Amino acid sequence: MNFKTENIIKSGFGILAFSSLLFLLGIIVILFKEGLPIFKYVKLFEFIGGKFWYPTYDPPDFGILPLILGTFWVTIGAMFIAVPVGLGSALYLHEIAGYRERAVLKPIIELLAGIPSIVYGFFGMVILAPFLQRLLNIPIGLCLFTASFILGIMAVPTVSSLAEDALDYVPKSFREASFAVGANRWQTLVKVVIPAAGSGISTAIILGVSRIVGETMTVLMVAGGAAVIPKSLFGPVRPMTATIAAEMGEAVVESAHYHALFGIGLILFLITLIFNMIAEMIGRRYRLKLGLGR
Amino acid sequence: MKLSKVFICTAIISSLVMAKENKKISIEGSTTVLPIAQIAAEEYMMANPDVDITVRGGGSGVGIASLIEGTCDIADASRSMKDKEIKTAVNKGVNPVAHVVAMDGIAVVIHPSNKLKEISKEQLKAIYTGKYSNWSKLGGEKKKIIVISRDSASGTYEAFSKLTMDGERVRSDALLSASNRAVVTTVENTPGAIGYVGLGYITSKVKAIGVDGVQCTKASILSGEYPLSRPLFMYTNGNPCGQLKAFLDFVKSKEGQKLVEESGYVGLK
Repeated sequence: MNFKTENIIKSGFGILAFSSLLFLLGIIVILFKEGLPIFKYVKLFEFIGGKFWYPTYDPPDFGILPLILGTFWVTIGAMFIAVPVGLGSALYLHEIAGYRERAVLKPIIELLAGIPSIVYGFFGMVILAPFLQRLLNIPIGLCLFTASFILGIMAVPTVSSLAEDALDYVPKSFREASFAVGANRWQTLVKVVIPAAGSGISTAIILGVSRIVGETMTVLMVAGGAAVIPKSLFGPVRPMTATIAAEMGEAVVESAHYHALFGIGLILFLITLIFNMIAEMIGRRYRLKLGLGR
Repeated sequence: MKLSKVFICTAIISSLVMAKENKKISIEGSTTVLPIAQIAAEEYMMANPDVDITVRGGGSGVGIASLIEGTCDIADASRSMKDKEIKTAVNKGVNPVAHVVAMDGIAVVIHPSNKLKEISKEQLKAIYTGKYSNWSKLGGEKKKIIVISRDSASGTYEAFSKLTMDGERVRSDALLSASNRAVVTTVENTPGAIGYVGLGYITSKVKAIGVDGVQCTKASILSGEYPLSRPLFMYTNGNPCGQLKAFLDFVKSKEGQKLVEESGYVGLK
């Protein structure tokens, strides 16, 4: 291959790589441009701390605290499922499962990630919610608990496969050294392998959180959708993503409501951005500590 | 070859000239009427390619204001014009004429296991504002009322709140569903639930109850007897003529009213 074609191919791929940067910049610019005007109508504190979300009344209330707390509690609840199940399956796959089990289990867990979120939502709405409602004798199945449960399952593959990668990164020499000084399998796992993979495992959990925070279709269908500060595990909630999805189609363009929805999007974006940055930072620090340099 | 080029050129030029002669109709207003206007405009343009119809939402108030300003030809409205609006219109030399294009009826639905047969508008308001939280208040068994509403931006919600809530807010713990279908599914599965949907969405698995002694049927909506019903309007400046008249006639025709029913409203024919 001559020099010229190589250069063309190089720059071609370069453009493709940088195009995602362009998309990201475009999204950020639009989010700020359309989101910031809401602060002409309400103050930042009233927006984030306000307890009432009545965007279409006269006068309207643009308080998104119930929405933020909705997202917050759903995420916490989902972590109670995603973290134990995700980490547990990663540990099992990596430490205990034989070659054959692994060959079956790993693709199945990853298949969970491939199911469209609307299918999860549909399953939750039509099957799980009525079932839980009868089982627990609660007034309504569309609630914080159901949403958390389903989102937790949805985040399992993210947590599991990233955590397993982290376990894989732990150098063999660590394990061998531990066995050499007489530690048994459990001691090696708890005292050496897991701490060494700690960064990767935290990254896995944080990216799992990001996935849950950003999930839209499922919460729109199963969370109940009441914009109220959640008081019980079995009460309805309205996460931020669901609010945007449900209302954007009907909001008058350039109205206060429209800007408020973009404002919510902006805050969501900042939340996931912070999570991803933390994940990146933790990852870098621990890798240096391990002497992996990557 | 040359001949075909000439032919293409004339075709392009003539189409440009034709485009200039295109009759434009702009429609603006209520988001409730929007689906009707949209589907009617699409069908009408399909049959009359020389007519160009633009449809915008914005709300009844916005549409009426545009009609008064002369920036649209048809104002969609889910309510009749207010006295103040009519006064402004007359002052500006605009003579608004109302055309009823459809009826909108909202059925109140509950779980089939609920023995309630009827509800009054006051009771409905008490439930949706949060004054009543238990079915025992309405003479039913002691069970929490699960209040299901539509998203506050939807047209059904707007109609419901205008017809029953007298400007008061829906209780904040009401479940907000994204679609009529979702309301029905939730009510089907929830013994203590109450919800409201467009007439076309009632299924056999939910129970539609009468309001103020009137059952929600096509006939009672058309006669205006059913309290949760309202006419949907298209307003024009003066009696319409030409393409405007043709379009409105199309909306009111049998074919147009079929489209109305497809959009989930009650047709006049």
